[in-house]
Amino acid sequence: MRAPSATRALLAAAVLLCASTSVARAQAPASADTVRRPVQEGIFDRPFIGSVGRTAIGGYVEGNTAYVSEDGVSEGLSLQLRRFNIFLFSTIGTRIRFISELEFEDGTEEIALETALIDVQLTPSFVVRAGIILPPIGAFNVNHDSPRWNFVDRPLVSTEIIPATLSEAGFGVHGRLAPPGFGLTYDLYATNGLGDGVILNATGRTRLAEGRSEERFAEDNNGSPAFSGRLAAQRQGLGEFGLSFYTGIYNSYRIEGEVVDDARRLTIGAADGSLALGPVELRGELAIASIQLPADLRESQGARQFGWHLDANMPVWRPRLRGFPDAHLDADLRLEYVDLNRGRFTTTGAPIGDDIAAVVLGASFHPAAGTVFKLNYRRQRSHDLLRNAASQLGAVHVGFATYF
Amino acid sequence: MSFRSIPRYLPWPPPAGRRGRPALHRAALHRTALALAILSLSGCDALMPAAPDPSTELVGAIEGLSAPQRAMHAAGDAEFARVFGTADGLGPVFVAPSCESCHAADGKGHPLFNITRFGRMQAGTFDPMRSAGGPQLQDRAIAGYLAERVPGAATGVARFLAPAVTGLGYLEAVDDTTLLRLEDPNDADNDGISGRVQLVDADDLLARVVSLEGVAAEGGPTRGTLVGGRYIGRFGKKALAVNLLQQVATAYHQDMGITSDLIPDEIFNPAVGAFSGDRVPEPEVSANVVNAVTFYIKTLRVPPRRNLSDPDVIAGEQLFVTGGCAACHLPTLTTGASHIAVLDRVTFHPFTDLLLHDMGPELDDGYTEGRATTSEWRTAPLWGLGLAASTQGGTPRLLHDGRATSIREAIGYHGGEAAASRAWFNALSADQQRRLLAYLNSL
Repeated sequence: MRAPSATRALLAAAVLLCASTSVARAQAPASADTVRRPVQEGIFDRPFIGSVGRTAIGGYVEGNTAYVSEDGVSEGLSLQLRRFNIFLFSTIGTRIRFISELEFEDGTEEIALETALIDVQLTPSFVVRAGIILPPIGAFNVNHDSPRWNFVDRPLVSTEIIPATLSEAGFGVHGRLAPPGFGLTYDLYATNGLGDGVILNATGRTRLAEGRSEERFAEDNNGSPAFSGRLAAQRQGLGEFGLSFYTGIYNSYRIEGEVVDDARRLTIGAADGSLALGPVELRGELAIASIQLPADLRESQGARQFGWHLDANMPVWRPRLRGFPDAHLDADLRLEYVDLNRGRFTTTGAPIGDDIAAVVLGASFHPAAGTVFKLNYRRQRSHDLLRNAASQLGAVHVGFATYF
Repeated sequence: MSFRSIPRYLPWPPPAGRRGRPALHRAALHRTALALAILSLSGCDALMPAAPDPSTELVGAIEGLSAPQRAMHAAGDAEFARVFGTADGLGPVFVAPSCESCHAADGKGHPLFNITRFGRMQAGTFDPMRSAGGPQLQDRAIAGYLAERVPGAATGVARFLAPAVTGLGYLEAVDDTTLLRLEDPNDADNDGISGRVQLVDADDLLARVVSLEGVAAEGGPTRGTLVGGRYIGRFGKKALAVNLLQQVATAYHQDMGITSDLIPDEIFNPAVGAFSGDRVPEPEVSANVVNAVTFYIKTLRVPPRRNLSDPDVIAGEQLFVTGGCAACHLPTLTTGASHIAVLDRVTFHPFTDLLLHDMGPELDDGYTEGRATTSEWRTAPLWGLGLAASTQGGTPRLLHDGRATSIREAIGYHGGEAAASRAWFNALSADQQRRLLAYLNSL
């Protein structure tokens, strides 16, 4: 399907941006609640619709329409119900809590227990955690509920490099140190780790998310745990900055006790930040991944990856709507880039491609806290492995997400 | 501090009379409404990137396919793009995980996925060293296996750059009789060119693929014919493949380690000493998949020509003929009967005669296939030459192994039967060379 006029589209987008900006001048600062919550408490800081005894239930749902065209070819309009997630939260004692999350992805195509963990608080600065946990690689893996994000698509760095949502069986400790006006949180966990699917998967490249095997909750594929940790500083009313890591052996180098291959490690380093600057909320994440590979697969699969995203959200309109006292419309902008195979070909010396850069413009309407309707326009440019002429993609998403 | 549960909910319906905050600037609202209206009017398509100019890319089906043929073409396209992982049966030893890895955008390949073949000369005959994993090297492996390495005893090693797959249906549909008519093995016309057809020993696979394709070519027993008990080859650098079905099934097997109904056994793995496999039951793809990919390749359009009215291109075409290039790079062929209407008895312009020619020591890698000598190569089709770089990362990689990064350099490697044409090219003036290169780039 051919685009009749890209110029007209760009003009329209520019007008929308211009109008949004002028509206913003008239606005008071937003509540900026998304950026001012500590990431560490993200999985608990959710609305729950009610409780029976000591257990509360809640969840969220998200869906969207998608109109995508790549290099002039479109499959037309499609609709997705991306996720339907149910939380269960229990206060077992004053210092013991439990939370679980069951995820139905794309209807019932994929059903997964995303979280099931128990926290035992010895002191606020030392909490023991065990179960199916979310390793804190960056902020998004822990704090990814769709109602908290103004964009329909998740950030590429969080899905193509950081394997969000990554949940693994494991244990560890976390805590919060809270000097006046300043917060410091830490997390440190041991988990089963990712598996063989990291390489030679159906994507044709190294993709950490493909290493999330179904068996990872039952047993480790190689008997070598992965370790992850995050250290974050929060300034009340300003934002949070975190540094995190994840490292572990991913391949099945032992079978029935016999060593059959070299043990190969993958390591991710990430930095994340959120900042409230007046009416503008900024959120971003940067990740670097290093994956040990057999020599014959390094160039074709990718041994080093890098990516980042930066989101800016700004409230531009607070309409007078009966029954929606907190309704507001945000203007949104996302910039993102991922290089999924860094380096040069040894055969030719030319740079390896396999990268994606994208700009997303959006408008999101929040009728009430925890509910958002999203309109996104995405332009994306990607290179294949050989770095041939870039492929151009455009997409319009209209979506919604709400806690319930 | 201790943990707390905080059940929260909003009353439903909201209390009557509760109102939101004051309104915004009216002008700003109007501007927003206007912007939204413009967006709505322009529609989604206006926001989408335009398609690239079709004359600048190789991909695309032949015009005139019927609706069922377009559906089959699309199914084959999806399979052509499919990436095999370990869980899908990739390997255990392999070269690339998908068809598109080697033939990006249906075009020529990149040295990253070059195919290595090896063997040794013994007592005047070529041994493909099957017990050492030959003749094709699978230089990548899934976890737990070792990638193959060329054994030290090999005397001939050739690296093959994957060819473009566009237009191959036309080449397949050329009758065997046409190729036999073009032969001149003893240079009877005394023009210095002595092309001959490749002849391939019959085996079970060949008999089956020829039989399957023979049914498709009902009424025209003109392809897959036996010459002295051997089949005429036409695809591949040494023309070892008789038809596209054989080429596709073999590529699945030898390049990706994917078994099919036609070749249901895994590759012999010398590192293990057995036909060791992955943990995926055989066959790893069905006959439907192989057939769909074969049909996809058959129905890819011929590479588009460009700059046809450019005076340099027009002048270059004359030079191409004058210099004898067209003796091997035959500009025009005609297909025989085909059940695919768009391929049935049509004239096309591939710039190849599909015959083996001696290219001299410059291109002699000491490796061979079939009855070809080590310096004999099947004439490469020149169509799409000017678009080669568009699928090779921006730099053309030409000749059988991609050693030449320009047409001029590729001409420089032409020896043997082509030595006279090379000498003629070198003797041209700079302007004449520029015109000839402009013509070649327009193909």
